[in-house]
Amino acid sequence: MRYKGMRTAGLMLAIVMFFSVMAKAQDETIKIGILHSLSGTMAISETTLKDTILMMIAEQNKKGGLLGKKLEAVVVDPASNWPLFAEKAQELLEKDKVAVVFGCWTSVSRKSVLPVFEKDDGLLFYPVQYEGEESSKNVIYTGAAPNQQAIPAVEYLMNEVGVKRWVLEGTDYVYPRTTNKILEAFLLAKGVKPEDISINYTPFGYSDWQARVAAIKKFGSAGKKNAVVSTINGDANVPFYKELGNQKISAEDIPVMAFSVGEEELSGVDTKPLVGHLAAWNYFESINTPANKAFIQQWHTFIKNPKRTTNDPMEASYIGFNLWVKAVQKAGTTDVEKVLAVLPGTETPNLTGSMAKVLPNHHITKPVYIGEIRADGQFDVVWKTPGTVPGEAWSRYLPSDKDITADWVTLKCGNYNKATKTCSGQNYK
Amino acid sequence: MPPRQYTLWISARKDTGSAWFLGALAVVAIVMPILNLAVPASSALHVSTYGLTLVGKYLCYAVLALAVDLIWGYCGILSLGHAAFFSLGAYAMGMYLMRQIGPRGVYGDPILPDFMVFLNWKSLPWFWYGFNHFWFALFMIVLVPGSLALAFGWFAFRSRVTGVYFSIITQALTYALMLAFFRNDMGFGGNNGFTDFKDILGFDLHSDRVHLVLLVITAGVLAASYLVCRMIVSSRAGRVIRAIRDAESRTRFLGYRVESYKLWVFVFSAVLAGIAGALYVPQIGIINPSEFAPINSIETVIWVAVGGRGTLYGAAAGALLVNYAKTYFTSAFPEIWNYALGALFVLVTLFLPRGIIGLVSGRVKKQTKTERLRIPAESPEPSEE
Amino acid sequence: MKKHFLWLGVQWLFFLLLCASRSAFPLYAQSSSDANFLVSLGQLRDASFDDKEKIIDQLAQSGHPSVRAVLTAFVEDRLYYRNQDQKIFIARQGAEDAPTLNLLDPITLKGAGSASSDNLSRILANNHLRRVLQTTLARYGLSSPDASIRLESVQDMEKDLDEENVQLLRQRISVETDPAVKKEIASALALDSLGSSDAQARLAAVSTLRGSLRQDVLNKLEAMTEKSPDGSFVEVNEQVRQAAAAAAKSITRRRAFYSGIETLFFGLSLGSVLVLIAIGLAITFGVMGVINMAHGELMMIGAYTTYVVQVAMPGHGETSILVAIPAAFLVAALIGILIERTIIRFLYGRPLETLLATFGVSLILQQLVRSIFTALNRSVETPAWMSGTLQLNDALSITYNRLYIVIFTLLVFAALLVVLKYTRMGLEIRAVSQNRAMAKAMGIRSEWVDAMTFGLGSGIAGLAGVALSQLTNVNPNLGQSYIIDSFLVVVFGGVGNLWGSMTGGMSMGIVNELLEPYAGAVLAKIFVLIALILFIQVRPRGLFPPTGRASENQ
Repeated sequence: MRYKGMRTAGLMLAIVMFFSVMAKAQDETIKIGILHSLSGTMAISETTLKDTILMMIAEQNKKGGLLGKKLEAVVVDPASNWPLFAEKAQELLEKDKVAVVFGCWTSVSRKSVLPVFEKDDGLLFYPVQYEGEESSKNVIYTGAAPNQQAIPAVEYLMNEVGVKRWVLEGTDYVYPRTTNKILEAFLLAKGVKPEDISINYTPFGYSDWQARVAAIKKFGSAGKKNAVVSTINGDANVPFYKELGNQKISAEDIPVMAFSVGEEELSGVDTKPLVGHLAAWNYFESINTPANKAFIQQWHTFIKNPKRTTNDPMEASYIGFNLWVKAVQKAGTTDVEKVLAVLPGTETPNLTGSMAKVLPNHHITKPVYIGEIRADGQFDVVWKTPGTVPGEAWSRYLPSDKDITADWVTLKCGNYNKATKTCSGQNYK
Repeated sequence: MPPRQYTLWISARKDTGSAWFLGALAVVAIVMPILNLAVPASSALHVSTYGLTLVGKYLCYAVLALAVDLIWGYCGILSLGHAAFFSLGAYAMGMYLMRQIGPRGVYGDPILPDFMVFLNWKSLPWFWYGFNHFWFALFMIVLVPGSLALAFGWFAFRSRVTGVYFSIITQALTYALMLAFFRNDMGFGGNNGFTDFKDILGFDLHSDRVHLVLLVITAGVLAASYLVCRMIVSSRAGRVIRAIRDAESRTRFLGYRVESYKLWVFVFSAVLAGIAGALYVPQIGIINPSEFAPINSIETVIWVAVGGRGTLYGAAAGALLVNYAKTYFTSAFPEIWNYALGALFVLVTLFLPRGIIGLVSGRVKKQTKTERLRIPAESPEPSEE
Repeated sequence: MKKHFLWLGVQWLFFLLLCASRSAFPLYAQSSSDANFLVSLGQLRDASFDDKEKIIDQLAQSGHPSVRAVLTAFVEDRLYYRNQDQKIFIARQGAEDAPTLNLLDPITLKGAGSASSDNLSRILANNHLRRVLQTTLARYGLSSPDASIRLESVQDMEKDLDEENVQLLRQRISVETDPAVKKEIASALALDSLGSSDAQARLAAVSTLRGSLRQDVLNKLEAMTEKSPDGSFVEVNEQVRQAAAAAAKSITRRRAFYSGIETLFFGLSLGSVLVLIAIGLAITFGVMGVINMAHGELMMIGAYTTYVVQVAMPGHGETSILVAIPAAFLVAALIGILIERTIIRFLYGRPLETLLATFGVSLILQQLVRSIFTALNRSVETPAWMSGTLQLNDALSITYNRLYIVIFTLLVFAALLVVLKYTRMGLEIRAVSQNRAMAKAMGIRSEWVDAMTFGLGSGIAGLAGVALSQLTNVNPNLGQSYIIDSFLVVVFGGVGNLWGSMTGGMSMGIVNELLEPYAGAVLAKIFVLIALILFIQVRPRGLFPPTGRASENQ
């Protein structure tokens, strides 16, 4: 048995490594967890957010850290794998003992980490637009709720563009399903006929859009002004837009309003045939304010590439980070319960000239912008809400939601039913 | 010929590999709970709930690896779709857990899970009936993967679909199931899957104790599956199965009903995978259609290959090792862990064709084809290949 | 005498004054309309989108000679104002994102220097404004010497058939020489006449439009045969109504026929993508018995090569893809040979080991690309000759990029067959795959042939990547999306058989596209997969099974 020695050595090594994973962390820094996919299908979108938080941490450390201690980033890669998200979240909270986590992108990843955060009493800042229908004690939602993106976008199309026929095109998962449900209810309430609404879903990563785009063309040639409201998920957008360009559907004929297409998604596409198509966000890189210009400059220096774009989820991460820092300074500690008590009401400036304030339902106030795609991949702002719009976790257009409200200040509940006066769902404490 | 029990007894006596394996498993099942409960949290030896859940997950994967090793290592059928059976068992357990939520869901509906209320469904679909009883869920965990394997295998083996063709159609099977379960209209939660579980059999799924108990149960199931698999492969049927792997046509000409053997091994392995999936869900807290992904099945095969196929404990060890490596690398080197994992696979395949177990037990030499074809002598040592 | 000269002088002076004033008069008249024009232009700066529409109307009515140039610049996003003095300028056509723009004066349309783009602000247009501008500009386009521009103008005007447009079209049709444009104007006028109060005019319009294939014509004709809410028909005249119904039926029938051809084309193009990704695999798998899980990553490398070639040849967007084709082939082939020499070589005869090892290689390649190019999508531009559609008629249009990909696939396939059948290397490849020992005995260097075969299969994967870069995202996950499909096609067609992969891929594509309108994308795909599973039960070795003793162990 020549390898007996090797065997023992290997076994020892394994034991050491095993315990190193399980071992505790002890340090004099404040740890910040970053839970974004760095590989797999979501890496395209999430790697940028990891870099944004790293940039904010470096910036804060230059200002002297927080509460006299330096900030330390703990980066993990959940690899676009939803069970791995839960595992990594648990690792961050129990093993690394981070004070706060910035992370998640898809609703599945958020839903899989939610029980972990609620059980271990962690704090998550979630920076992506989502479908609502949730308000957790341990999450601050800095991305747009449907009433901060979808509804104003459809109102713009209806009032400013005069759209009469609607194609709601989405990828088959919760965010488009919920958004389209809300939009359908909204449109019907505004008097649009059911035969003027066409709802369609395609699977993830769908790339053969020929037949679907031809069908959209056919639906749109009935004589009334037509628009496509697209909740198509990230990856499938590129072949969709390519096909639109090839089948010569110009924005003047059938405008496409997208909710998941930003500067970053456009950087991977030839945007010349897409000029004039629309997107609705709470931030565009082309918005000209001193804060935005400074942020873009900072980003280009940090990432060492002057061609990198900024986008809405980055602004949401920026807002989230600043809100957390302000709350910690106000509370004087990083203890999650105390920070959560102080967060509602905390406000910080966003990059477009207004203030982002945390509301009792753990959403924030955001302005809404409608932009048209330019030939260089940026957006021209063609419309905006007069002020900021407060985020609503439960949509007033859905019959199942109309009695539900979220309030973590007075009611201490995320889904409180006003009619039956009961609190149900995700609360464990 | 000595009676079967005697053979088994002799096997156990001389089977050092199994002894090591079961011993290590017992240690884990006993030591880890102690380290979690008795040792205070501030000590370096304390095992957190995170650690318990992690090891529990590894053990579920080990059961799955056993299932794959049984049909691949011993029977020579490479199934690249075992993720399907794993996930079906997981979904069955998930459906039970969803029914257990009852009126504590977000919308407060006592019967319908949240995602059905959201889709405006008025009543429970017929395939959800009965899942509020635990015994029914257990029954389905065994029945659903088993019957799918039975139907699929019966047709496939009868038509003599073998080798790479069989592997690819198992991939097609799991891919089709993945697409189907992703559909929100199917009634299985669509892309979000099932999550937000509250309790199992009345025990709160968020308590540490329950996770501990689940870990011990999983370890027990792993030990039991191992013993059953060991019994199968060291029996006469096990010899036939190995003969099918080594020379199928010859075995058929000798008069054995090759299709029947293949079929029931396939069904048994599918049921085992389903049980692994069922144990996986309460510990992870979410089940979602991406578990059906073809890539997961390929990973399972990799665990078995890395660990050492054709030796049951090798497969389990491989599952533990590779998943542990993944956990470690994604934390330690989050940006470049793919290099490490990819390099691991390449190196193991090139230099350790018998897997890590081959290295550890000192048999690194490559087997020539004639050796493999030689029908092993009547020997009670099941680990002799 | 003095008086005479004085009188002469006064006459001269008067004459001069007259000349000056005459030239000054037009100058004066010109400058007042110029001034008005400039004032209107200036209002564009701060106007809302609604007001901008009114101003555009004003400008069009003014009849100023530079209106057309200004409005064209506006619709093409080239109208700017300088921040310092708020003056309006047109930017010269060219690189829009250049740091300095060459400016043209909006009145004289002559060069007016240049300015950095930071000092200029663009005058924004939105979709609605662009539409208005297009229809306004269409009126100018109607008299263009270029027939295609005239055709486009008529089509733009059709979107908005108001009084003025109809008048212009009526005037135009009598002097129009180009038959296609003439036909288009006739249908536009007929469409307008469908709403006329004269039944005879309506009847005439219906018979003119009977031969059309357009969807909007069909919609209008069908609307005429419908009932309004109170029970009476929209079209009161019986004769006209029946003519409209007959015309609508004829158009529907013919459109359905063309729609069928279109679906067939969709199927062929989807199938050609499947074939392209599968034939590389068919070679490595079928000929060599190697299951290459890194095949998807080799395609990804081909796509990234296309990107790199494009970046390395800026400004040559048209030809960069032609350069990328051999480049991608070479890069992928070289990487394939490298993989073969270092890893696969030791694993022959053990296909399942090759699966595992190449899976590891695929992880490494993915991470490598992710490290070099980051995880973000990379944009690969479609060259102009590949973009757009080929409009065969009003009901059938074929996108160029898909058409070229179908042609490309057929060419690659043919080239592969030629290489395998008629070249020395092909002969050696076939020999080694049929009977390695005998081939070695004949003096063929089998290791070299193995490397070449693997390189060939990988190179074709690279070519598939070039095609894919035109259709979808270029990112490190490109390979993962296609690897499962490529294996399915190879197995369906019969391992090792190129014609099998071709037939298999094409039929899978066509069946998928045929089912899609009825079942939706997901169910169509599921159905194709189940059909494949059932098919393999019936023919366990695929469409074209390999024959002979060598096939026993596969």
